[in-house]
Amino acid sequence: MAKQKTEPLEHSATPWLLAVALATAGPHVEHLPLWMSVLVGGLFMWRVWLWLARGQLPRRVPLTLLVAGGVAGIGWQFHTLFGRDAGVALLVLFMALKPMEMHSRRDALVVVMLGYFLLLTHYFYSQSIPTGLWLLAATTLLTATLIRLHGGAQPVAAIARYAGLLLLQALPFMLILYLLFPRISGPLWGLPQDAHSGLSGLSDKMAPGSLSNLIQSGAIAFRVRFASDLPEKSELYWRGPTFDEYDGLTWRARELSATAAQTKPSIEVTGKNYTYTSTLEAHNQRWLLALDVPTDLPTDSELAPTLEALAREPVRARARFTFTSAVDFRANRLESPAVLQHALRLPAAINPRTRALAIEWKSKSRSPEEIKDAALSMFRNEAFFYTLRPPLLGQHAMDDFLFTSRRGFCEHYASAFVFLMRAAGVPARVVTGYQGGELNPVDGFLTVRQSDAHAWAEIWLAGQGWTRVDPTAAVAPSRVEQGIAAALPTGEPLAMLSRIDIDWLRAMRNRWEAVNNGWNQWVLGYNPERQREVLSRLGFKEPDWRSMTATLAVLCGITLLVISLWTLYQRNTADPAQRAWQRYCTGLRRRGVTRAAWEGPLDFAARVAHERPDLATLTNEAAQYYADLRYGHGGSEHLRLLQQCARRLPSSWRKEV
Amino acid sequence: MRPLPWLLQRLFRIGRAEQLPIVLTQRRIFIIPTRAGLLFAVVLLVMLIGAINYNLSLGHALVFLLAGLGIVGMVHAFRNLVTLRLTPGRTEPVFAGEIARFPVHLENSRKQARRALDFRFGKQAGVSLNIPAEGLAIAAIPFATRVRGRLDPGHITLSTRYPLGLFHAWSYPHLPLFCLVYPRPLATPLPPPSPAAHTGHQRGDSGQEDFTGLRLRQPSDPTRHIAWKAVARDFSNRPLLIKQFAGGAAEELWLDWALTSADGNTETRLSILAGWVLAAEEMQALYGLRLPDREIDMAQGNAHRDACLEALALYGEAKD
Repeated sequence: MAKQKTEPLEHSATPWLLAVALATAGPHVEHLPLWMSVLVGGLFMWRVWLWLARGQLPRRVPLTLLVAGGVAGIGWQFHTLFGRDAGVALLVLFMALKPMEMHSRRDALVVVMLGYFLLLTHYFYSQSIPTGLWLLAATTLLTATLIRLHGGAQPVAAIARYAGLLLLQALPFMLILYLLFPRISGPLWGLPQDAHSGLSGLSDKMAPGSLSNLIQSGAIAFRVRFASDLPEKSELYWRGPTFDEYDGLTWRARELSATAAQTKPSIEVTGKNYTYTSTLEAHNQRWLLALDVPTDLPTDSELAPTLEALAREPVRARARFTFTSAVDFRANRLESPAVLQHALRLPAAINPRTRALAIEWKSKSRSPEEIKDAALSMFRNEAFFYTLRPPLLGQHAMDDFLFTSRRGFCEHYASAFVFLMRAAGVPARVVTGYQGGELNPVDGFLTVRQSDAHAWAEIWLAGQGWTRVDPTAAVAPSRVEQGIAAALPTGEPLAMLSRIDIDWLRAMRNRWEAVNNGWNQWVLGYNPERQREVLSRLGFKEPDWRSMTATLAVLCGITLLVISLWTLYQRNTADPAQRAWQRYCTGLRRRGVTRAAWEGPLDFAARVAHERPDLATLTNEAAQYYADLRYGHGGSEHLRLLQQCARRLPSSWRKEV
Repeated sequence: MRPLPWLLQRLFRIGRAEQLPIVLTQRRIFIIPTRAGLLFAVVLLVMLIGAINYNLSLGHALVFLLAGLGIVGMVHAFRNLVTLRLTPGRTEPVFAGEIARFPVHLENSRKQARRALDFRFGKQAGVSLNIPAEGLAIAAIPFATRVRGRLDPGHITLSTRYPLGLFHAWSYPHLPLFCLVYPRPLATPLPPPSPAAHTGHQRGDSGQEDFTGLRLRQPSDPTRHIAWKAVARDFSNRPLLIKQFAGGAAEELWLDWALTSADGNTETRLSILAGWVLAAEEMQALYGLRLPDREIDMAQGNAHRDACLEALALYGEAKD
């Protein structure tokens, strides 16, 4: 092994390693601060130039300075050297610097190992099908580089083919391990702060503009598959966080006391139950976005006093949940006075005109329902517009909205409606979540996107409990019936794909999303629960890690055996004449005469005649046939005769008597 | 046969081959991970922990694919050696201190080339080569000689890391190889022609009477034979020349053990004799070799020279 240390790196092997550095570190430029991208790119170009010019690699001192400078810069940029992003930045820096001191094959091996590690880090940012394919190609490149390093110069195509063959043979192992390796649901220890940054979804407060940003994203929030039929589209309210505290600008959820948080809501179902499975994208919050209102919840989740389903831990990875929900229900007919009291609170001294209007309605109406109807008829009959680009509102936001701009979208309407109700003495609160969804005919999944994010209101009516009121539906009924794209006038900013009218494009998108969904369900969503489910479907009763490991070992052993046989199997390439002659000679060896490797057939026959006169005739005959076949004009007849000679040898036991 | 060598021979085919050619079989091939292979395993372990910790499904897949790659790499390193056929070739004799090259004929019956095979004796420097698919090659394995005699280089260490460098596969084929190592020749002046060979000539002046020509100087030539005049004529272009004399018995030499100085040890005396043999052959003299236990008659030519050198190489060794 001492040999490896001193083995210098061939000049012609360097491009392979530079390609490794480029393929593994290059795509990370997207996530790195600009100065790092420039530094890493500059180092790479410098190294390429050094290779072209056959220049001397930099000495140790400037390299050490570069490493120290880079590490300091990363520490300054990310305020830490640990954690996901800083770790990736460090790895990329090392990948850019290691080729600068690549003198021996050992250094080159370090580069390849670093490359393998860097491949993993790409999955922090994306686990889509294209990423998977790209990384498969990169793995082939890294493996080909190993072959180049150890096998010397060969045509690139030959190296690539061999690397492909090795990976192809590794695939069965991957499948077995993927299926059977006992999965542990992470994390093994506390993750750094930035582990889940960049996950989008509903926020735990509703500030102006927070929903409109979300609505402009075409990303998928969750996918749902109903066990039987679907509810009406206008019934599809997916419930997220409920807000009952307003500070004049932002709606928030009230901090609940421990006893209040324990209160179980009471639900009376008056209609049909729907059972469905939802595959929720990670959004780093606890709410599960069940169809309003869930009656049966998955394990490890609970129903909050404000009726939303909550997971015990924030959803940090795509996960599947099965619910039963009812769309016709009465909730919390007997609400605690404290909650109702809270649902009437408003910040003092703002929006005087709105308050005045509410008080006027209250004096004219006999019941809360009439106040609600008055508000809805105002939205419906007066000139209110639905737009994602509302004008900015001033200090008295509700006054400005209701009496001046009259332009806005769900968050404006919901928040104005709740303000009006509270001012008129009707307990009310804001609910956010998603509304609607799109059925993908390819796989039957209902897709709900971030662009389906929605805000609506709930008022509490004696005898009926909390009742949903969607003021947006009064302004733009198509928002609820057909979706956001139909409700918005053209020219509004919206994710491009949410407003496709062209049929074939829509069909293509549906197909692509169905493939993606399969990928998410089966590849990315393969967690401990899914593993248990799959294994019990494959006939494992009670799969535990012991039986899984045992099966894993057995299957891997069998695969290794099959692959070894495939790899090592060798057809006898000797021609039939040679084989027949060898057989004859083997027969003679058992009878005591061994042909030396260099002995020609006729010479050997002469020697046999001398040593074993009893075998002389037969050997002479066989040698003659073989000589004719090999060096003369022997045909298939000779071959047959030669094969017969081996059979005609006297059996060995007779020799002894 | 003692029990341990017998066991090794039975189990791993270690020891001298009983049958030629040697075909490398699984019993002759050993395989362990290299340092790079261990590094690879550590990297995979860290990657697996990362994949679990961050719940990366594709990360799991990548780690498992690479683990499979490691296993497959082991099978392929093994394939690079298995069923290789080795046959010993004829080794040319060398002088002590030179590098002997042991040719081994290699036959690859596979449809794939075998690459980066290292051949080496013990701790000696090795040679690395590729064998084309279904092809032949000859490995000339070097061995730096130090002492004269019959050199048995021991078993060959045949190893490879191809294709991935994660595994080191090796084998110890023990071919019946040997090399004759002549004593390191020492250049000293030739002894005077033997008076015993041809009576009637006086010792001291024979072979120095009739000038026949000039030849290039050898280091062992006496300085008094240098043709100073010829050198002086064209000093800048001419190497040192020696005057050659023809004198009947002058070309008949007995290179006798007894003529070498008795205070040198055996090896030095053999080296002096070897130098004399080379010088005598160079002069195209008739010469014979006389050792305490052996005598080779007067003769001339390369075969005679080689016979003399062999006798010197094997001096004192039991004949076999």
